Amino acid sequence: MKEQLLKLKSEALNRLKECNDNDSIEKARIHYLGKKGELTSILRSMGSLSAEERPKMGKIANEVRAVIEAEIQSMKEVVRKKETAERVKSETLDITMPGRSPEVGRRHPLMIVKEELESVFMRMGYDVISGPEIETVQNNFDDLNAPYDHPSRDWSDTFYISDELVLRTHTSPVEIRVMKEAVKEGKLPIRMVSTGRTFRFDDVDDTHSPMFHQMECLVVDKGVTMANLKDSIDQFVKELFGNSMKTRFRPHNFPFTEPSAEVDVSCPICMGKGCPSCNGTGWSMELLGCGMTHPNVLRNCGIDPEIYSGYAFGMGIDRVAMVKYGIPNIRLLFENDVRFLKQF
Amino acid sequence: MLVPIKWIKKYVDINVDDKTLADKLTLTGSHVDAVIDYNKDVTNVVTGKILEIKQHPNADKLVITQIDINENEPIQIITGARNIKEGDIVPVSLEGAVLPNGLKIKKSNFRGLPSYGMMVSYEELGFDDKVIPKEARDGIIILPQDTPLGRDIKEVLELTGSALEVEVTFNRPDCLNIVGMARETAATLGTEFKFPQIEIKNEEGNIKDYLNAVEIEDEDLCSRFYVRVIKDIKIGPSPLWMQRTLMDAGMRPINNVVDVTNYVMLELGQPLHAYDLDKLEGKKLIARRAKKDEKITTIDQNERSLDENMLVIADAVKPACIAGVMGGYYSEISEDTKIMALETANFNPKSVRETSKKLGLRSEASARNEKAMSYVMCEIASNRACQLIEMIGAGTVVGGYIQAGKSEYEAPVVTLRPHRASSLLGAEIPVAEMLNSLNTLEIESVYDGEKIRSKIPYFRTDIEQEADLIEEVGRLYGFENIESKPLRGSTRVGRKSEMRMLEDEIKSILWAMGLYEITTYSFISPKAYDSICTPKDSPLRNYVKILNPLGEDFSSMRTTLIPNMLEVIQRNSNRGVGSAKLYEVGSIFTPKDQPVKEEPIEKLKLTIGMYGNYDYFDLKGIIESMLLRLGIEVSLEALTDNPTFHPGRTAALYADNVMLGVFGEASPEVMDNYDLDHRVYLAEIDVAGILNCKNTDWKYEALPKYPSIVRDIAVKVKDEVPVGHMAEAIQKVNPYLIESVTLFDVYKGEHIEEGYKSTAFSVTYRNKERTLKEKEVEKIHQKVLEVLEKKFGASLRE
Repeated sequence: MKEQLLKLKSEALNRLKECNDNDSIEKARIHYLGKKGELTSILRSMGSLSAEERPKMGKIANEVRAVIEAEIQSMKEVVRKKETAERVKSETLDITMPGRSPEVGRRHPLMIVKEELESVFMRMGYDVISGPEIETVQNNFDDLNAPYDHPSRDWSDTFYISDELVLRTHTSPVEIRVMKEAVKEGKLPIRMVSTGRTFRFDDVDDTHSPMFHQMECLVVDKGVTMANLKDSIDQFVKELFGNSMKTRFRPHNFPFTEPSAEVDVSCPICMGKGCPSCNGTGWSMELLGCGMTHPNVLRNCGIDPEIYSGYAFGMGIDRVAMVKYGIPNIRLLFENDVRFLKQF
Repeated sequence: MLVPIKWIKKYVDINVDDKTLADKLTLTGSHVDAVIDYNKDVTNVVTGKILEIKQHPNADKLVITQIDINENEPIQIITGARNIKEGDIVPVSLEGAVLPNGLKIKKSNFRGLPSYGMMVSYEELGFDDKVIPKEARDGIIILPQDTPLGRDIKEVLELTGSALEVEVTFNRPDCLNIVGMARETAATLGTEFKFPQIEIKNEEGNIKDYLNAVEIEDEDLCSRFYVRVIKDIKIGPSPLWMQRTLMDAGMRPINNVVDVTNYVMLELGQPLHAYDLDKLEGKKLIARRAKKDEKITTIDQNERSLDENMLVIADAVKPACIAGVMGGYYSEISEDTKIMALETANFNPKSVRETSKKLGLRSEASARNEKAMSYVMCEIASNRACQLIEMIGAGTVVGGYIQAGKSEYEAPVVTLRPHRASSLLGAEIPVAEMLNSLNTLEIESVYDGEKIRSKIPYFRTDIEQEADLIEEVGRLYGFENIESKPLRGSTRVGRKSEMRMLEDEIKSILWAMGLYEITTYSFISPKAYDSICTPKDSPLRNYVKILNPLGEDFSSMRTTLIPNMLEVIQRNSNRGVGSAKLYEVGSIFTPKDQPVKEEPIEKLKLTIGMYGNYDYFDLKGIIESMLLRLGIEVSLEALTDNPTFHPGRTAALYADNVMLGVFGEASPEVMDNYDLDHRVYLAEIDVAGILNCKNTDWKYEALPKYPSIVRDIAVKVKDEVPVGHMAEAIQKVNPYLIESVTLFDVYKGEHIEEGYKSTAFSVTYRNKERTLKEKEVEKIHQKVLEVLEKKFGASLRE
């Protein structure tokens, strides 16, 4: 009987080794280990053995079963691996076929720049304030200390709704609104920025548009100085254009600030070395206008310039966007050609 | 303005090179845009006298000339030039000469005869056409008779040096001239400034014998009117030095009298006007408003209609000049003028600007008269002009002057507290340095131990208060020398309004759903309301009107964003973009009164526009998803009477019983009006409305612990039954156990009779507390069928 069992074992192991799919493994299993299988039939004849022999044979029979079962498991693993390898091989894709892209939207380049500017200033502690597009002459000109004979007030420069209302020509009137409100609510000091649409009587050409966008910044507090203004602008320029960007403060004139300055930034092409595009100066065109809030403006808003001082600056968002993205013509910004919008 | 450095050097010492000068001036506030190099690349061009001119035997249009260039022998040059005569002195380019335009001169042969050079024009020397004297245009330069022969033309014409292109700010009209820039240069470099010495050597007679009166009728438009008379006028070219100075400053030489007035205008900034005194009726000059329908023919020989807001200078009968803008033709200085009246006046800048704009006339004079200038300059400039006329022999100055208006100047005093300057600038500047800065600007200043007291000179009309002096001190100290210092005060992150945050959120949701953002003008054409079929009595037609629009097409502040959206869609469609989903967030403007006096109401609207691969349900899905992300559940009502929209494909959008907006398909009329062949889907939604219902206070809800059971139901109903109502009814059968109802099929056609449709819903049942039993679900599902049968006349499909 022992021989029978050992023979069965070696037969079974040989047969299993030749199996190359789950089907033949299963058939072999049934053949040797199944209810009507060979091992069962050998064990059936155990009744003829002596009481001493029986447990010995039982032990051998169990060992044989265990070995065969183990072999079945290992052969199954071999087959699984082989089948997986074959399947994987048959599944090779042409990975250069086009992908299925979900549609992603686009933000208008002006709005991207506008929000980037706003978030830079929010991080620096400035509140973001909105103002109306239709403004009073008082906020847009008078309280900003614009001389009564200033050409910017002419009908050929400004769109008028009535003698007292205009389409705002800059975002500076938001300063007036914020200062008056702050005085009324007792909410000084002020740190704010405001971005939005502005309008001037300009025919459309490559660089002009009757509607454009500006950003305004205002700080009013005790002891605010020109040195603080320089620091804020330096910080902001570095945030926006990177650390290697330098600024130059050039005295200028605006009715609502005194002293006033225009700020040039390093020529983006040569980074200050001097090249043909900056006429060898190393500076590109003015980025923004700034200055210390004019005492007349503070007084117009009910703020005592002997106690408080402030600074303000403003810049054109359209131009920043055009420089940033290399857009050659301002018309593109307002045509909204999808093929244009898709690029940002 | 163009500032030849040679010219300012007459009044200030310059100890730095041109580039450094430009940089330094820029940093004290005179922005130098460019340094223009006047050094011309010219060699081997000398002066020569034409000894003889003979016709070329073989060519009608050529002449043979012999020219003395101060060598042993005259040289022969063959030329086609027309403006030369024997005895003229001209520049001659000799063999080997190179001209700025690259032309190389060599010996050549004209129809059998040799030519050893070429006579030269201003064009060939590289001058801009606009500064070349009329008589020298397209011809040879004729030099003065006293020009030595054989001399290098670079030396004779002073083809050297450079000019600064300076941007002068609005507050500094005193810098729009050579003397003003010389003063700024002196203050910038710390060198000495000298005002031109003005002295008239020989005056003859008395002005009262030639001119009866000078009067100002309208003092609001003219504060000073100063006149001198010059007799024995001999019109001719001005001396070469004056011509070349004007040319370098960008002006064309005309004749000696005009050149002097231009020279003085450039030098001192005061425009002058010369009248032929013999032509003036009544021998008087009156500054008065023009009469209604009065006309004047100006020196360009155009007749101009004047109105009562314009100031003219008139003789006893008629206008002789549009004050500060352009002179009249009849009293113009001509070849025959014997005696002239020279006007210097101070006009109201706004009036000059408006007049010149209204007439479409702009000149160097009007540009200067548009700026606030000092009336003190009238007298100085007048005498300077007389001095130059005398000096160049253009006439004899008559003694005395006649003037009207202001004459005396008393310098106002403005005080400056040095500590105030330092604290505002954020830099400690010594008092001595402040005093020095102000004094070099000719603002006479003294320190009394506490304050600086500054006497404001006549030419600084811009200085009125302490801040103005702080600016002067600051800019000469140099903004670049102020060390940056961070702001003090509490640090916190800035804030945005709720409305702005919502706007950002809406944009990011739409971005995530693949929409493109557009930006369009706030003003539209009033015709756009017709194009979108707005009814005549619609409040949308009550718009804010721009009084001076760029054109009719930009004259209405928009009351809806839809027309702009349609234009953008039309443009894209025309350009071959087959499909797009777009949105804009922008303001609409609603007047409170008409004509508008009060500030109009500005409301933010969201407009969506889609065409191409999209239909009504794409738009609806986008709007519902967007609002759901904002925590808003909406209900819809069919909208059949908005003519912008398709009556059968449009919904009004409600949340909490408030209408938020409208969306649907553009009506066929609108499509026609915009010439669109794709169907277009539009929405306009009130952003403030969204803000009111927004509820994004998200809270965690426990995930389901027990399984759900899904049952489908398919029923046949009449076509017109809205599936949305059916779904709502199913939900209501047992809101506690029915988790969701989803429509998954609508079918019409075979096996379904005409006028009916088959609708199939998938109903998900779940009990949150325990596992549902099949039997319970069976019961409710049966109820669902009953409700559908009862409410909608539905019958079960097997």
